[in-house]
Amino acid sequence: MKSLFKKSTYILPAAMLLFACGGKETKKTTAAVEAKTSKTKTLEIEKPQLTFGFIKLTDMAPLAIAKEKGFFEDEGLFVSVEAQSNWKNILDRVIDGQLDGSHMLAGQPIAAGAGFGRQAKLVTTFSMDLNGNAITVSNDVWSKMKSHVPKDKDGKPVHPIKAEALKPVITEYKNSGKAFKMGMVFPVSTHNYEIRYWLAAAGINPGMYTKENVQGQIDAEVLLSVTPPPQMPATLEAGTIHGYCVGEPWNQQAVFKGIGVPVVTNYDIWKNNPEKVFVMTQKFIDENPNTAIAVTKALIRAGKWLDEPTNRKEAVKILSMSQYVGAPEAVLANSMTGTFEFEKGDKRDMPDFNVFYKYNATYPFYSDGIWFLTQMRRWGQIPDAKTADWYASTIKDIYRPDIWKKAAALLVAEGNIPATDIPMTDGYKPATADFIDGTIYDAKDPLGYINSFKIGNKDKK
Amino acid sequence: MKASLTLGKVSNFIGLGFFTTLKDLFIGKLEKEEFKNFLRKTIVPLASILLFIGLWHLGAKSLYNIEAEFKIEKALADQGQVAADALKVCIASGESSCEPNTLPSPVQVWKSFQSLLRDHNIITADKAAFIEKTTVLNAKRVAEGKNAITYTGRPSFVDQIFRSLQTVFAGFLLALLIAVPLGIFIGLSPTLKSSFNWFIQIFKPVSPVVWYLLVFMIVKTLLIDSNEDSSFTISFISVGLCSMWATLVNTAMGVSSVDKDYINVAKVLKLGTFQKIFKVVLPSSLPLIFTGLKITLSVAWMVLIAIELLAQSPGLGLFVWEEFQNGANDSNAKIIVAMFVIGIIGFLLDRLMLTIQNWVSFDKTNAI
Repeated sequence: MKSLFKKSTYILPAAMLLFACGGKETKKTTAAVEAKTSKTKTLEIEKPQLTFGFIKLTDMAPLAIAKEKGFFEDEGLFVSVEAQSNWKNILDRVIDGQLDGSHMLAGQPIAAGAGFGRQAKLVTTFSMDLNGNAITVSNDVWSKMKSHVPKDKDGKPVHPIKAEALKPVITEYKNSGKAFKMGMVFPVSTHNYEIRYWLAAAGINPGMYTKENVQGQIDAEVLLSVTPPPQMPATLEAGTIHGYCVGEPWNQQAVFKGIGVPVVTNYDIWKNNPEKVFVMTQKFIDENPNTAIAVTKALIRAGKWLDEPTNRKEAVKILSMSQYVGAPEAVLANSMTGTFEFEKGDKRDMPDFNVFYKYNATYPFYSDGIWFLTQMRRWGQIPDAKTADWYASTIKDIYRPDIWKKAAALLVAEGNIPATDIPMTDGYKPATADFIDGTIYDAKDPLGYINSFKIGNKDKK
Repeated sequence: MKASLTLGKVSNFIGLGFFTTLKDLFIGKLEKEEFKNFLRKTIVPLASILLFIGLWHLGAKSLYNIEAEFKIEKALADQGQVAADALKVCIASGESSCEPNTLPSPVQVWKSFQSLLRDHNIITADKAAFIEKTTVLNAKRVAEGKNAITYTGRPSFVDQIFRSLQTVFAGFLLALLIAVPLGIFIGLSPTLKSSFNWFIQIFKPVSPVVWYLLVFMIVKTLLIDSNEDSSFTISFISVGLCSMWATLVNTAMGVSSVDKDYINVAKVLKLGTFQKIFKVVLPSSLPLIFTGLKITLSVAWMVLIAIELLAQSPGLGLFVWEEFQNGANDSNAKIIVAMFVIGIIGFLLDRLMLTIQNWVSFDKTNAI
C-alpha cells in the first residue's frame, strides 16, 4: 500500500512531462454567427490561411495595418505576420514555401531572377513604400566631418550633405592605417546601391563585384559589409563599423541613443525612390491567383490608410507593439510623422520621408525595377554586359502590374479607392534628374544610364 | 505518520530536502543539530539571493548614473547648457523618451514580468475571440475536407515557454532513442567502439549553429513538397543531435565497465544476448547512463535558445532575439526576465532527472 502511494508520487512529474510534450491546442466548436459590415466583395480564396514575413522596419507598416485594421480579414484572409531575423533568411523561407509572401528589398526578387545570389521565380505585385532610408555615421566621424560641411547663416549644416565632406575623414583613417568600414543590410538592398551612389557621386570608390569575388570590395576606399537592420545601432556602438545605411527606425534610434548622426536621407539621394516591395513566388500566384489579388487589395487599402496624415499617430502606436517593429513610440514618430531628426536637436521637416500611397507608390513600375538592374550591372553583380532588351524583358517577369491593376480595379468598383488613383502608364516613369548628382535616368535607355557614371562598369551599346 | 514520512522521502528524493526541515520547524520537533542544518539549507540560500538582488540593484543604479552623466555631458558639449539642463530634468522625471538605456534594475525586471503576464491574458482572450469568430467557417472547411483556420495572432510569453519545453523534450527523446542503444552496442563491442570513436570525437564539439545548418540542409530537401512550417522539426532534431553526445559516451563507458563477475554470472546462467543486456548490463550501468542523460538535458536546454533563434521557431530563444532587436525601453528588462525563466526551468529539469534516476536505480543513495 505504501509503495503504491510512493509510486504515484513519482508518476506525477512524469505525467507533467507528457503533458508538456503533447500540449496541442484543441479547437472548440461552438456556434457563432459571422457579421459582415464592409463593402468588400470577397473573391473565391484558394488559400485563406497565410503566413507573411517581415523585418523590423517602419516600412513594413502596410502589413501591420492590413492585419490590425482588418483589411486582410475583410478579404477573407487569415494572416499571421512574423518577424524574421535577416534578409537572407526571408528570401530562403519564401523560396522554400515556409512563408507565403514577405516584405522584401526591391532588389531581392530582381536579383533572384537576374542571376545574382540564389535563383528563383519571385514576383512583385505591390510596392510597399518610397524613401524611408538614411545614412548615419558615428559621433567620431561626424565630429571630423562637420567642419567640411557648408553652413547656412544660422550655423546649421546645409542639406543635402554630400559625401565630399566625408572624403577627408576617409583619407585620415587611411593615413593612420585603419580601414573605413560602413554597414548596409544586404548585397542587393536599396541601401547598398544608395550608399554606393552617394559615395561614388563624390568620387569615392565603394568597391566592385566580379564573378569570382562577390564581397564587393575590389578597389574599395570604403569597405561595405552586411549587418541586419535591427543590429545596426549595436554594431555601430561597438565600433565595428563607422557608419551605415539602413531604413527607419534604426537611424532615429542612433540619434535617440546618442551613438551616431544621420547625415543624408535617401529622399535627398534620389527623390521618391522605390524601397521595399511585397513578394510572393510565381508558383504561389499560379496556384492561388485570387488569393494573390486579395492580398494586393488589402495592402493597397493599408497604404491608402497610412497616407492619411491623421492616421500616422495610430500607425506609430501599432508599429511600436513588440510583435511588429517594437521600437519606442518616440523613435518611430520622429520619422513617421513628417519630420526627421539629424544631429540631436536638429529636427527638420520631411513630409515625404515615408510615402506609402501618394505618387502611385504602391504601383510596381518597370522603370523602378530597371534602376536596380542598372546598379547591379554598374557594380558588377551582373558580371556580363546585357542588351537593352534584356533589361526590359527581365523586369516584366518579376514586376507584375497586371495583378496590381486587377486588384485596384476591384477596389474602385467597391468604392474603396477613387478611379483617379490608378495611373495611366505603360509601367515606365518619365526620365528624371531627381538625383543628388543630377544624373538623368531614363529607364528606356539603361545602357546609356550605366555609361553616364564616372565610377562603375561601362557597356558598349 | 505515514504521510509525513512519504513527504520527507519525496522531497529528499527530488533534491529539495530543505522542505523536510521546514516542516519540522513548524511542528516544533527541531533539535539543535537539525536547526543548524535548517540554517544551512534554507536561511543561507535565501540570504544569498537577497544579497545578489541587492548587489544587482546597486550595480544597475551606478551603470544608470554613468549613462545619464555621459548623456548630459554630451548634450552640453554638442548643444549647450539649455539642452543639457532640459535633459537633466527629463531624466530626473523618468520619462521614457530620454531614459538611459542600460542594465535594468530588479524592480524594472519585476514590472516587465508582470506586463508579460498581462500580455498573456490579453492574447488568451484574443485567441478565444478568434476561435469563436471562425467556428462557422471552420466547420464548413472541415466538412469540405480542408484544414481549419488556426489562430493568426502572436504567441504570448507563456505560450513560448511551453513551445520551448516541447522542443527540448522532443529533442531529448530523440537523443535518448539514438544515444542509449548506440551506446550499449558500442560499449559491448570493442570493434564497434574503435570504428565509432573518430566519429564521436569529431562530432561532439560541433556547435549548435552548425548542427542547425546541417539539419536545415537535410530536412529542407526531405520536406521539399510540404508547405508546412518545418521550423519545429528542424529545431528539435538539431537540439537532439547537439545534446546526445554526453549520453552516448557515458552509456558506452558504463556498459564497457560492467563488473566482469556479473558478465561471468550471465555466462554461467546461459542468458541470451537481450536477456544479458536487460538483466545484467543495463541495470549496472544505469548510474552512468543517467549522469549522461542529465548532462544531455541541460545541454539541450542551453542550446535551444541559439537554435530557436536561428530556426525562427517560436520559443524563448526567439523571444530573447526579438526583444534585443526591438531595442525598446523595456526590452532589456524582458530579456532578463527570460534569462531567469530559462535558468529556473533548467534547474527544475535537472531535479526532474534526478527524481527519475532515483526512481529507477537500485542504489538509493542521493547521487548527484
